Amino acid sequence: MRPLAPWWDIRDLGNAVGALLEWLADVGAPSWLTYVVSSLVGMLALLGWALGSQLFFIWAERRLIARMQVRLGPNRAGPFGLLQPIADALKVLAKEMVTPRGADRILFWLAPIAVVVPAITVLAVFPFGERMVLADLNVGVLYLAAISSTAIFFVFVAGWSSSNKYSLLGAMRSVAMLISYEVVQVLALLSVPIFVGSMRLGDIVAWQRDYNAWLVFLQPLALLGFIIASAVEVNRTPTDIAEAESEIVAGYHTEYGGIRWGMFQLAEYIAGFAVAAVMATLWLGGWTLWGLEEWVPGWVIFLAKVYGAFFLFIWLRGTLPRLRIDQLMGFAWKFLLPLMLLNTLLAGLEVLVWRETGAPAAVVLPAFALGNLALTGGLVVGWAVLLGQLRPERRPARPLLVRELGAIYYRPLEEAREA
Amino acid sequence: MGAVAAFWVLSTITVGSALAVALVRDLVRAVVALVGSFLGVAGLFVLLSADFLAVAQVLIYAGAISVLMVFVIALTPRGARDNSETAMRWPALALAGAMTGLMTTVALVAHWGPQVKEGLTETAAAIGEALLSRYVLPFEVASVVLLAAMLGAIVLVREE
Repeated sequence: MRPLAPWWDIRDLGNAVGALLEWLADVGAPSWLTYVVSSLVGMLALLGWALGSQLFFIWAERRLIARMQVRLGPNRAGPFGLLQPIADALKVLAKEMVTPRGADRILFWLAPIAVVVPAITVLAVFPFGERMVLADLNVGVLYLAAISSTAIFFVFVAGWSSSNKYSLLGAMRSVAMLISYEVVQVLALLSVPIFVGSMRLGDIVAWQRDYNAWLVFLQPLALLGFIIASAVEVNRTPTDIAEAESEIVAGYHTEYGGIRWGMFQLAEYIAGFAVAAVMATLWLGGWTLWGLEEWVPGWVIFLAKVYGAFFLFIWLRGTLPRLRIDQLMGFAWKFLLPLMLLNTLLAGLEVLVWRETGAPAAVVLPAFALGNLALTGGLVVGWAVLLGQLRPERRPARPLLVRELGAIYYRPLEEAREA
Repeated sequence: MGAVAAFWVLSTITVGSALAVALVRDLVRAVVALVGSFLGVAGLFVLLSADFLAVAQVLIYAGAISVLMVFVIALTPRGARDNSETAMRWPALALAGAMTGLMTTVALVAHWGPQVKEGLTETAAAIGEALLSRYVLPFEVASVVLLAAMLGAIVLVREE
């Protein structure tokens, strides 16, 4: 790690905090004070970042989805509707919080608070820059898997304590989704420590910088599995069957209103950012960008990657229809799980080959990248064809009108039957 | 200083939640208290610099065992969902008494003086190497047992 730069060097905001701590030590503050100050600065910065990003993305997501669905979206409050999230936040704060008569009052009150805690705690391990990490744990990857899985339990508690059948259905659905997709998610995460040889997120970023190889090239299948599994875990639309409006009202938070409902929304958004940050750190090189981090602040690069990854989830939400619950479960067990197990085996084999032959990284890594990319395509398509999920002969040809005009054309039913 | 304060806070959480598990009448509240107790134990592991164990505790107990309990409760008939009187009351009390006696004996016999030993820094790597070299047989046996349990569960509930 490089020595501390002067505090005004904003390429790494850790410099300013380091300078503050040195100054504190110089004026003779006790060691516990420096400890408390550094933790407080880190926690407040993370919280501020998460809340600020959420305020912006509430607006951005609604506008983007509106654009994808040929609507306008919120455009009344302030320029381009930018003040809409603030108006929403004020409304949520002012609304009444109703507690149903049959509810378990203690658990009903506890669940929305407890569900936010893991969402914020998980942010502590992400390296925003070389020094910008609150807790660089040496079990970082395992920590990510552990903390993100605890939130689901409190989602269940929320659904259970509401004393409403729709809440309970949503809660049971989210628990069922968790036990299906957590296996997939952990297996996808596992392939990264296998390659890097360390679970510390700082080491993973450093490995990708040293070899100039982002793990997305070496482990594309793992990233694919992780994206799908985490879209399920953060309850975003193609997979949000735990709160499917068309089936079970609002799922586990049907009975929640006001700021209690806001807390669930907050937790969901922050979990979404956390997942995007995992993708950016583990597969997309973290705060590095092939040397550009010398000139552009690393945290800007990192945030750009995080927001880009989060945009992917918005895009998915705007594009895909919601899955049915049996489709979602079958997809995890029949499709993703075998692929992830195979991928773990492949990653282990590749590392073994690399270590045993001692071949130079410049030869081995491109070979692995090409091989894994080909294998990913082949496995995904082949396994889907084998399971009968993908029937190429049934894909409708694009109608002429769509090709020529870009317009949407629905084929009449009779014509589709004949074809 | 800070470690001592943290120890007392975490111990209070652990023991208080464990008491709540036994005393609370509602089963779901008992499971929530159990999760609190698990998290307190994870905090105690952190205090002992056993970070791998702490994270595994959160992953397995607070994350997975609690979900297992949830399924148990959801599949239990409504009438049996409170901590009601059962025939197992006296055997359970006897077992708890025996456990208390054993723990008290251990606590009285143990040598509580400070011991100076070299601390571990990277526990995850050490645990991994130990599991895959010296203790590889128990490790594999455990995985076979789990596999057999899974197959057994599938065989039991499968419709012919």
